Amino acid sequence: MQTHSFKPDLPPPVLSVGVLGWLRANLFSNWFNTLLTFFAIYLIWLIVPPIIQWAFINADWTGTTRADCTSGGACWVFVQQRLGQFMYGFYPTELRWRVDATLWLAIIGAAPLFVPQMPRKALYGLGFLLVYPVLAYWLLHGGLFGLSVVSTSQWGGLLLTLVIAAVGISGALPLGILLALGRRSNMPAIRVICVTFIEFWRGVPLITVLFMSSVMLPLFLPEGMHFDKLMRALLGVILFQSAYIAEVVRGGLQAIPKGQYEAAAAMGLGYWRMMGLVILPQALKLVIPGIVNTFIALFKDTSLVIIIGLFDLLNSIKQATTDPAWLGMATEGYVFAALVFWIFCFGMSRYSMHLERKLDTGHKR
Amino acid sequence: MKMVKSTLAVLTTAAVLGVSGFAQAGATLDAVQKKGFVQCGISDGLPGFSYADEKGNYFGLDVDVCRAVAAALFGDATKVKYSPLTAKERFTALQSGEVDILSRNTTWTSSRDAALGLNFTGVNYYDGQGFLVNKKLGVASAKELDGATVCIQAGTTTELNLSDYFRANGMKYTPITYDTSDESAKSVEAGRCDVLTSDQSQLYAQRIKLANPDQYVVLPEVISKEPLGPVVRQGDDEWFNIVRWSLFAMVNAEELGVTSENVEATAKDTKNPDVARLLGTEGEFGKDLKLPKDWAVQIVKQVGNYGESFDRNVGAGSELKIERGLNALWNNGGLQYAPPVR
Amino acid sequence: MQTSANVPRPRGSVWTDPQVRAWVFQIIAVIAVVALGWYLFDNTQTNLEKRGIVSGFGFLGNSAGFGIAQHLIEYTESDTYGRVFLVGLLNTLLVSFIGIVLASILGFILGVARLSPNWLISKMATVYIETFRNIPPLLQILFWYFAVFLTLPGPRDSLGINDTFFLNSRGLYMPSPGPSENFWPFALVLLATIAAIVVMGRWAKARREATGQVFHAFWASLAMIILIPGLAVLIGGNPLVWSVPELSGFNFRGGWVLIPELMALTLALTIYTAAFIAENVRSGIMAVSHGQTEAARSLGLRPGNTLRLVIIPQALRVIIPPLTSQYLNLAKNSSLAAGIGYPDMVSLFAGTVLNQTGQAIEVIAITMSVYLAISISISLLMNWYNKRIALIER
Repeated sequence: MQTHSFKPDLPPPVLSVGVLGWLRANLFSNWFNTLLTFFAIYLIWLIVPPIIQWAFINADWTGTTRADCTSGGACWVFVQQRLGQFMYGFYPTELRWRVDATLWLAIIGAAPLFVPQMPRKALYGLGFLLVYPVLAYWLLHGGLFGLSVVSTSQWGGLLLTLVIAAVGISGALPLGILLALGRRSNMPAIRVICVTFIEFWRGVPLITVLFMSSVMLPLFLPEGMHFDKLMRALLGVILFQSAYIAEVVRGGLQAIPKGQYEAAAAMGLGYWRMMGLVILPQALKLVIPGIVNTFIALFKDTSLVIIIGLFDLLNSIKQATTDPAWLGMATEGYVFAALVFWIFCFGMSRYSMHLERKLDTGHKR
Repeated sequence: MKMVKSTLAVLTTAAVLGVSGFAQAGATLDAVQKKGFVQCGISDGLPGFSYADEKGNYFGLDVDVCRAVAAALFGDATKVKYSPLTAKERFTALQSGEVDILSRNTTWTSSRDAALGLNFTGVNYYDGQGFLVNKKLGVASAKELDGATVCIQAGTTTELNLSDYFRANGMKYTPITYDTSDESAKSVEAGRCDVLTSDQSQLYAQRIKLANPDQYVVLPEVISKEPLGPVVRQGDDEWFNIVRWSLFAMVNAEELGVTSENVEATAKDTKNPDVARLLGTEGEFGKDLKLPKDWAVQIVKQVGNYGESFDRNVGAGSELKIERGLNALWNNGGLQYAPPVR
Repeated sequence: MQTSANVPRPRGSVWTDPQVRAWVFQIIAVIAVVALGWYLFDNTQTNLEKRGIVSGFGFLGNSAGFGIAQHLIEYTESDTYGRVFLVGLLNTLLVSFIGIVLASILGFILGVARLSPNWLISKMATVYIETFRNIPPLLQILFWYFAVFLTLPGPRDSLGINDTFFLNSRGLYMPSPGPSENFWPFALVLLATIAAIVVMGRWAKARREATGQVFHAFWASLAMIILIPGLAVLIGGNPLVWSVPELSGFNFRGGWVLIPELMALTLALTIYTAAFIAENVRSGIMAVSHGQTEAARSLGLRPGNTLRLVIIPQALRVIIPPLTSQYLNLAKNSSLAAGIGYPDMVSLFAGTVLNQTGQAIEVIAITMSVYLAISISISLLMNWYNKRIALIER
């Protein structure tokens, strides 16, 4: 009996595998695509080399004064010399360890929350959220147990940016959740109040809110009662942001099937226990990515305090660029500021995407 | 209910995070004495008038007014806390009691005196609005500025004077308005505008911030009266007097030849009754003002007399090198004149 | 609270009755809000009175007395604060409008580019989006203004193109058209052409629906709009006179100028918002299932028509709601103009006017209401559009 043996498979055409195949499929699949590819390469050639040339090859990295910047590219000496001011503002140099300590406390304290196996995570998290702000305030502001007072007008730079963002989100979150519940409430008066509140803050730009809190708020309060400037800005940021949080949380509440409400009610749970034990845990889990995104927006928005004269990261940099000893450093300053903001925001957005993927699994459809 | 709770929550957070204290209504002096320092509203960075070094220590002619008040009250010129204010914030900050004194190169005008509920206590700098131009333009007089682009700081009397001046002379201009003086200076440097206009003192202060100060000149025309002085809230005469006389004490001290160096010796063995009254060795003039007996001694010792403060901050001893001009004493051809202590 | 024993149906105390509770809650809430409002109002009244601050809206009628760099309507220093408000409002609307148009175009291009089969193009779009949406808009505005536009050469050494366009640190100067004596006849011809095109379009559609035959109305219209007015110009002469900017004295005179503040603001807002719009567009297109494309192709539609008639109409339904909020954001972000001195409503009205008059409460209240009004009208408009699109579906 004749046996038929298959001939070995021919290798695929050279043009469809390996680098060439990839190139053909992804860059040169038809004439239009080829044209686009060449256009893109041209654009890259136009943009990237000059930037690299400016930022790295021709840049000056070491030195102490403007005179040390001789090679015509970026003068990173400026950033290096002023880094202390960019990070801490006018916080007294000898006390800057307190800022560092606050930051380390936050990192070390929050680290266990990111360990998946951690037992009693919620309890720990709650404790951390309650204890840390007090501790941080004490460290930064001082005034008790022998720490000298550093008034908030001396806070600045990245420190201030982070303080505004952190206080803003932790103040806005509870307020936002309450507002979202209020908006979904079946009591018309509560609903109207919450909707008005939310839509008002969402309708106006943050800058006018900051104007209001810095210029008008003092007139609203009884004589003799006044907040310092930072406090007023924080109040504005919290009220503003809570409206956005409320909308995010509302989305989560709406996504919870009606059956959950009914089941909870059938078990005899009252409103607050139904919300606290059944609905909110599910809803908040759903909207964590949304909250992170709101936080990113808030983080970017902190730069607006420049308008009311607080020295956050951006304003510190802007201020430094007007120093006669460092004139013409605007580009370096802004690029550095952009980089810092970008690292924070990009990092958070990646984290939010990661969470989205992680949390999605149980709930899809 | 939820709203109440949330409002309460906000208010509690606010309280925890730093409500800066409750002052007594009305009596600023009591409140200041109770808290132990003077809260002073100053500019957000103007060399010579109020300027912070890299460590956040403040210097300047405007700052010295607040230091003088603290020296008179507490015998310690360092008992001042500063609030840097933008031009926009300054009046509400004072009105609302956030600051006790506003010493922020603020022009004394009738509407500010009357409609804003404020009182100017005196004039610590007689200024006038001028123009700063690049020498390259070849302009010698403000009358040649027809068609120019002018940089101004927003929300100041300068904006109004500028438009009056150009209208009165039948010239046209394009205004570019910035929030801070730094931005306007930068803009002039970049050629966005031909002219920077502001109070002359500020022009000198801005000029040293430019990369190439010699390239710029201040034109001779002065187009307005700008008496700058410290401001307090209306209706608190006690406090008004203290601020007013702290400034007068500095001017009187200069007139009487009392300086920070000789003040203590002079106080001991002066034979001049004017000096003796000022320095508290004769009479009880401090007590009437609700100040300690040696109030003027402390001011002069710690802050200096007006002339010293002027020289150190804006005059010959500073980078600005502004001449005394209108700010010389009255017996020296200027306008600085203080009523006598008696 | 006690319930008496002779209530027919046994039930809990009145306090546990949900309806009573709801009422009590609501009454307490309303009282609390009213009390808070009254408390603030009362404080304000007392404060104003005590400090002798004059209040009211009368100041809007006073003469402003300062100049403004860019005004779309006639404005002189002797005009009122009310007019200043109008100038600021128009400047805000101008930036918002230009920004929305440009950001939409750029955003759509980027969104489609991100889905492009071309690896390089999609990666570039991704890099763009991830870079620009993670940098605060204010920083971008400051960057464009201080680090780019203000570093351009001064007016005397402007970058000129053809001696008609000039770019310098004072802005982009360009020729402006004005009507010549031939303008009106030309305008009539143009109007007639447009009317003809509309009629033709209707006819083409009707014919297609009746007979199925396609008449290429688009190409025909293009030809008409170029050829007919072109012919008119050849016969009658140029209908427009161009005023070319010329350096005289300190500045260029004549022509139109885009001031650098406007350019920096528009550019930054466009670049920033486009990154978000691109993401919306991408998710919108991805939300249309691939089966739709395949079905359209199997019906014989060409790729272009597939996109135009099948994909985009469905994608738009997903895109519109988030797009609305991006438009709103752009309009609100235009208030960042205050950072660079563009005379928008916030920097002009809530800035300069507030300072000149000291009427903080009135000025901020007006400014906030205007933004609320803008926000509400954009969302109403978009809701209406959204509804119209949604109706086509069923």
